[in-house]
Parts: sequence; structure tokens; C-alpha cells
Amino acid sequence: MSGMATNLRVVRALGMRSIRQTFRRPQLMAPILVFPTLLLAVQTGGAGSAVDLPGFPPVQGFLQFMLAGAMMQSLMLAGNSGGIAFAVDIEMGFTDRLFAAPIPRFTIVLGRLAGTAALGLFSALWFLAIGLLFGAEIHSGVAGALIAVVLVTATAMAVGGIGAAIALRTGSASVVQGLFPLVLVVLFLSSAFFPLDLMIQPAKTIAEYNPFSFIAEGIRNPIIAEVDATDLLYALLAIAGIVVLSLVLSARALRHRLRVG
Amino acid sequence: MPAIVVEGLERAFDEVKAVQGVDLEVGEGEIYGFLGPNGAGKTTTVRMLTTLLLPTGGRAAVAGHDVVGEPRAVRASIGVALQEAALDPLMTGRELIRLQATLQGLPTAEGRRRAERLLERVDLLAAADRRVGSYSGGMKRRLDLAAALVHEPRVLFLDEPTTGLDPVSRKTIWEEVRQLNDEGTTVFLTTQYLEEADQLADNVGIIDGGRIVAEGTPESLKAEIGNPHIQLQLAEGSIAEAEEVCARIGRLLPPTDARTVLVEVANGAADIPRTVRALDEAGIGVESLELVRPTLDDVFVAKTGYHLEKENEAEQDAVAT
Repeated sequence: MSGMATNLRVVRALGMRSIRQTFRRPQLMAPILVFPTLLLAVQTGGAGSAVDLPGFPPVQGFLQFMLAGAMMQSLMLAGNSGGIAFAVDIEMGFTDRLFAAPIPRFTIVLGRLAGTAALGLFSALWFLAIGLLFGAEIHSGVAGALIAVVLVTATAMAVGGIGAAIALRTGSASVVQGLFPLVLVVLFLSSAFFPLDLMIQPAKTIAEYNPFSFIAEGIRNPIIAEVDATDLLYALLAIAGIVVLSLVLSARALRHRLRVG
Repeated sequence: MPAIVVEGLERAFDEVKAVQGVDLEVGEGEIYGFLGPNGAGKTTTVRMLTTLLLPTGGRAAVAGHDVVGEPRAVRASIGVALQEAALDPLMTGRELIRLQATLQGLPTAEGRRRAERLLERVDLLAAADRRVGSYSGGMKRRLDLAAALVHEPRVLFLDEPTTGLDPVSRKTIWEEVRQLNDEGTTVFLTTQYLEEADQLADNVGIIDGGRIVAEGTPESLKAEIGNPHIQLQLAEGSIAEAEEVCARIGRLLPPTDARTVLVEVANGAADIPRTVRALDEAGIGVESLELVRPTLDDVFVAKTGYHLEKENEAEQDAVAT
């Protein structure tokens, strides 16, 4: 069996373990699905008339607009949960088992990210299903839904990379868990939950440059309108930027871990 | 070719020198007992030998491969069961061994076959589909050992494999280690239990304060620190008279209490009859008499100045309180 095939088997096996771990530990699963679903229900039920505000983008309904926000929240928390699970592995010594195996060490991180990406995929399908169930239309149809699913999955993987890097660097689940509020701040300072045009300063400027705004718009665009290549391109560039950042941070953190043990 | 060669190995954590110039050699097919108290540098040394930690000085080769220059080749040759049995409590035993087989690059069918064989070997087949979190301490150690063996490694590192286990579970692990060694596996075993090293190891290295303070076979180490002694408890008669008689048999050692005489003898058990005769002729009554051979604890005391097991007990008491 070639080295590449062996590495892929390792990534798949570690990804499967990561998914099983999340489903078997309810405290990891709850933030990914339960919280965003509840927030979606509360916001849609309580602030539905926001769509009538001047400057609100043309949408079929508030639920249609909010689907991207719920997916963003879910994928961010999936990345955070992935980081927590990775840190727990480090704390209990499980990663030593992986580091002592004759595999490239990047496959250990990729395995974890594959699991996080799968959770992102699951979350995208979950919220699309909820949207359709409660009457939201996917404006760009099946192609638009696929674009949203791909963007959510890729972003979950990218954000998971940041979580993995922090876990590797700190080796502490409580530190990674402590970033949970920061995840929400980053999201609220983006266009995930609210249109950019209706924001006030300085939040608006921050949101305009927040890469998660580009991703949120990329996911939202095919849901509420025809696919816009520019929105899609910006979203992909933002994801690529986060991927590069997470790879650099993860590689540095891996080297650090080997140095300090 | 030796299975493990270590020369001047060092590891510092900022100002703290955890390992300070360790030299050792482990022959192919040998069980090497690495003995020392908590914080002596055992685990740090093992982590360097298993490529989990970079040394800050010296060199080490495992299975003929340098731990810094060829870490992948080292990892392919070794099995590792680390302290505290680093197992995922959410996985089942079967999932864990199958994952380990994948990590070692075994084809799926072969990995599954070996997983079943190993689960049977360590008597965990019936519990294989239970989550590891529900296993007892002994079951976890057996599972950890099985996982370390899935690729049939040349060298097996066991870091305190029986710490915290009850005597029955400890003996089960010992039997398994002996059997593995009989099959040709080199075993590097760290332990803080003297009896474990004495029972299992062909060679013992004693580490204290990051340095090897003694090395050799358990027998040679014991012989190094002196001959066995006869310990006799007087039933009647004067202690001074008994000491006078015993001084003709061998060297008197400091007594442990007012009714005990300790005398070092050159010929071991062969010196017992003449000691008994001499005491009898002098009319001294003896309540008990036994030949005490030097233990690894005596070796440890001689080399480090303190008792290893008392040190461990004190630490366990401190943890308990």
C-alpha cells in the first residue's frame, strides 16, 4: 500500500473516531446543533419583522436570512468543540499514542479536521432541512444548497484548524473552552446575524473586514438570491486565508509540543 | 546489535535538568528494568527514546535508528504503553486496537485479524465492544499492552505498567511481559516497584536525579553491596554474649533492636548450621533465625541514600491527604 493511501486511511480512521467521540459526548454535540437551533428559533420568532427595515436585503422571510447565521454559529462551535476534544486527547495522553505511531504528524491534525468537517457537513444539512421544513426557500435551488453545504464544510474544517492549533499549543481543554465567548463575539461582529447595511459604527467597519462576514455572505447568497460569483469568490478567499493561518499555527504548535513534550 | 543504545542523553526544561547524561545499552531480547522514584527522569527518558520528546543533548538509537534523525523508523519498530494507560474512554476496546492497527499501516483485514487475536490473548474478547471507560484498571492496562503489540514490535516500552494495580492484575501483566520476552521482544520497563524489577528484569538501571547511579543484573547489583546476613532474635541469654559468638562467624551489622543480632556471612545458607551450633554451645536460646539476602532496596539505599518504596508510600500518602 502506498504512503499516500496509508495516510488517507489514517486520516479517515481518525476522522471517524472524532465523529464518534462527538456523538458519544453530548456536551460536544449540544453546542453544534442544539444552541444554534434554539437561537434560530428564538431570533426568527422574535425578530421576524426586521426584514421590513429599510436596507434589509430582499428575502423571502427572516428564517431564510438567518439560516446562514445559524450555520455559521454551528460550524464555529464545531471548530471549537473539535479543539476542545483535541485538547482532551492531549490532556489524557491519547495524542502520545498517535505521536508514537509511524505516521506523518500532520495526519493527526488532518484526521481531527476531517471529523470537524464532517460535523460541518452534518450541520449544513441539518439547517437546510430545518429551513425547508419551516418554509424557507433555497433561491438558487439544489446548486445553491450544494454551494452552501460546501462552504460550511470547508469553513468548519478551517475553523477547526485554529481550534486544533490552540489545543496543540496550550494542551488545555479549559483554555480552548474559554474561547467560546470569543467565537460569539467574532460572529456578532460579522454579518452572520445582521445585514452589514443596518449595522452602526464601529461594529460596521469591523464587520466589513471580518473574514467571517465574507463567508456568511457566501453561504447566504445562494439561499436568498441567485449565485453571485463575487460573493462566492470572496468567501473562498476568506476560507483559504483561515486555512493557511490554521496550517501555519498548527505546524508551529506541533513543533512546540515536540520540543516541550 | 543492541536494541537500545543511549549515550550522554540529556533533557532540560528551562533551568531544570530532568535527565543529565544517561548512558545505557539494552541487548536484543532483554528485559531492561529502569528503576527510580517519581521525578527521577524515567518517563522523560522513555519519551525521548519513543520520539515523543526531543533530547537537548547526547544521542540515542532504538532498533538501530537514531531517535532524532530517523524518528519514523524508530516508531515503526517500537510498541509503547505509556503511564496511566492513555486510552479514550469513549472508544470500545475493539475500536482502539483496530485504530492502532491502522496507525501502524496494517491492511484492514490483517488489522482486524490481529485485533481479535490480541483481545483473546489479553482476555478481553468478551469486553471488546464495551467502552473503555467501563473497564477496570487491570483491563485498561491489558488493553494498552495489546494495542502496543498490534504490529509485533521489536522493542516494547512499558512505562510503569502496573502502577496502581492490585496484586492479581500486577501478576497478570508480569506473566504477559515474560511471555512476550520469551517470544523475542525486547522490553524496556520503567518501574518504581523493586519487586517488579527484581522479578522481570535481566538488567536493571537505577536512575536518581536524572542520572544512572547503578546498572547491572539484579544479582550482581545485590552482590556489589555485600553478602547476605543472618538475622537472629534472642529468646534468652545476653545480647553481648550472642554478639561475641556471632563475631566469630562473620561481621556484625548494626542491630535493629535490643534482642536482635545481625551478622554478615560469606557463605550464605551454608553458614547457618555452624552459627546455630555455636550459639547452642554457648547456651544462648534463639527465638528465630533467618538468612536475609540483599534486596534491590538495599542496593537502592546504598546508591541513593534513601528507600525507594518508603519514598513511594510517602508520595501516595501525600496524594491521599
